Amino acid sequence: MKLFRFRGGVHPEGRKESAALPIIKMPLPKRLRVPMQQHIGAPAEPVVRVGQYVLKGQLLGSAVGAISAPVHAPTSGTVVEMGMLPAPHPSGLPTFCIVIEPDGKDQWEEFPVPRDPQEMPSEIIAERVAAAGVVGLGGATFPSAVKLGAANSRHIHTIIINGGECEPYLTCDDRLMRERADEVIDGVRIILHAMRWGRAVIAIEDNKPEAIAAMTAAARGYGNIEVAVVPARYPAGSEKQLIVNVTGREVPAGALPASIGVLMHNVGTAYAIHQAIRYGRPLVSRIVTVAGDAMREPRNVEVPIGTLVSDLLEFCGIREEPARLLMGGPMMGMSLSHADVPVIKGTSGVLAMARHEVTTSETTPCVRCGRCVSACPAGLVPLEMAARARHDDMKGAEEWGVMECIACGSCSYVCPSHIPLVQYFNYSKGKIALERERTRKNNETRQLIEARRVRVEREEAEKKARAAEKARARAAAKQAAAQQTEEVTP
Amino acid sequence: MEHITLLIGIVVITALGLLLGLGLGVASQKLHVEGDPLVDELKAMLPGAQCGQCGFAGCGPAAEALARGEAVITLCPPGGRTLAARLAERLGVKVDLSAIKDKGPQLAAIAEESCIGCTKCFKVCPTDAIIGAPKQIHSVLTQACTGCGACVDVCPTDALALQGVLVSMRTWSWPKPLTEAA
Repeated sequence: MKLFRFRGGVHPEGRKESAALPIIKMPLPKRLRVPMQQHIGAPAEPVVRVGQYVLKGQLLGSAVGAISAPVHAPTSGTVVEMGMLPAPHPSGLPTFCIVIEPDGKDQWEEFPVPRDPQEMPSEIIAERVAAAGVVGLGGATFPSAVKLGAANSRHIHTIIINGGECEPYLTCDDRLMRERADEVIDGVRIILHAMRWGRAVIAIEDNKPEAIAAMTAAARGYGNIEVAVVPARYPAGSEKQLIVNVTGREVPAGALPASIGVLMHNVGTAYAIHQAIRYGRPLVSRIVTVAGDAMREPRNVEVPIGTLVSDLLEFCGIREEPARLLMGGPMMGMSLSHADVPVIKGTSGVLAMARHEVTTSETTPCVRCGRCVSACPAGLVPLEMAARARHDDMKGAEEWGVMECIACGSCSYVCPSHIPLVQYFNYSKGKIALERERTRKNNETRQLIEARRVRVEREEAEKKARAAEKARARAAAKQAAAQQTEEVTP
Repeated sequence: MEHITLLIGIVVITALGLLLGLGLGVASQKLHVEGDPLVDELKAMLPGAQCGQCGFAGCGPAAEALARGEAVITLCPPGGRTLAARLAERLGVKVDLSAIKDKGPQLAAIAEESCIGCTKCFKVCPTDAIIGAPKQIHSVLTQACTGCGACVDVCPTDALALQGVLVSMRTWSWPKPLTEAA
């Protein structure tokens, strides 16, 4: 099929050694810590108590509101603790977690065997995907069912299944496509069925020939599913860039892909949807790439959600004390200050970097070389935005388009002055969001005050009316009494 | 003959000018509009809680003082830095906002063990952010509270206090990079 090209991008060293070995299953650790917030949106509301016995796949926390996702028990065992505990988040703030002590039986909750998904109404599919707690496994962790549900009311013509995996080191999607291609394709067919019509394009970077072969073989015979081989260039796996790559169309600024009739799901998400619909199984484990030169052997591990990073590293074997610990890829992942955090639904990789893999360069002034401008896949001018962010000129940064930054890190990667450009943009986005929130609150306050004024006026009027009523009644009574006396007197 | 025609023209135009000028003068006197549009605009920008923390009798007088240039643009604590920035932009004043100590958003909180259910606080609350009933413990709706502090002053048992909003994962945002070059 005809492909297109997105602008910018960089070519970091692949370091995909972990793709060589097959996926292994992580044995159950002593304890699992399951955070209630593992997705974009409102955190799940706990529905279990301390001391309660839960089965694998049993609901631990239910979704709250329109954009949220439920959380399920990753294995059978006892709830031993509930409270604020460390979880992966760039802020390092604790979040509400449920700790489970596995009983070792790993016994699934009984799920009713579903009918053939291809005969299910599409609303039911979206409902079941929502109930299974499936979120975007590419890293954004947006609740998948929201995308499935919203798509019905829009004109979606193309589903892109993201097998780009452009981040260096990460190979979890690669291994998944090689080993479980049929299951992924089944997931894609379920998504297509839920959409009612349209075609699916599975986009894979050309540095994964085995995955391409496996997926092409699995997709054979389905006319509405095709495999597109995109050139390996970071960030080809980013949503907006991959859409340009495949369709040649750009998602407008501030809009969603659905506005141009495209919807994107990660290959891991397609697999999770397959599990949820075919077997009724909620999302309780995921494939995680454990790599970095501090590890003895880089490879992919299927890990129960809630496994502590320290347990995972111990299982995989550390060669040396890591100089830096990352969750996710080296370009967009977050730095972990300690390994006492659980693997969550969005964890695509855990990287233990050795000393020689970490650069610690001094930041020097911007020389306006413009390399960040050529590297930016979003078509922005990072140096201008950073200059404004540094002086807290958020309005200026916004005018230069900082809200369109996808935080891919290409600019920081090429910057010869080692300026932390992405951090400046993250900072700006946070500040701008805060200002918007405050303006919203100010407007709301004005409405509340107006509502109060109306209420006070109404109450006063009612009071007056009541007083007048009373006075009238009293006057009438007086008159009646006077009439009576008059009648009596003569 | 010729110069009479010319004279008529001059006289007519002059008379017309005088008449219209007079009309305009009279109209400006008769149809004079009270109030400064700038004051109204500023008033619309202020929260309108009439909380009085600025030292003026309410948002209206505060807006007037701002328009006259007799008040500092950072006068409104509930409006915070956001409002100060907007006011500075509207009035064309340059201020170093980073120098202002923004205490961050504040919310009223009720110490339930001291609350006697006197209902005084929710009667003064400009946004109806306190709920309760006589002899029942009152509670603050954090979504509606502006942190104006009106309730703190009326509480007979000092059960009300303003508290900074705790940073949670939902309100956290990235800090500014520490490096100086860029």
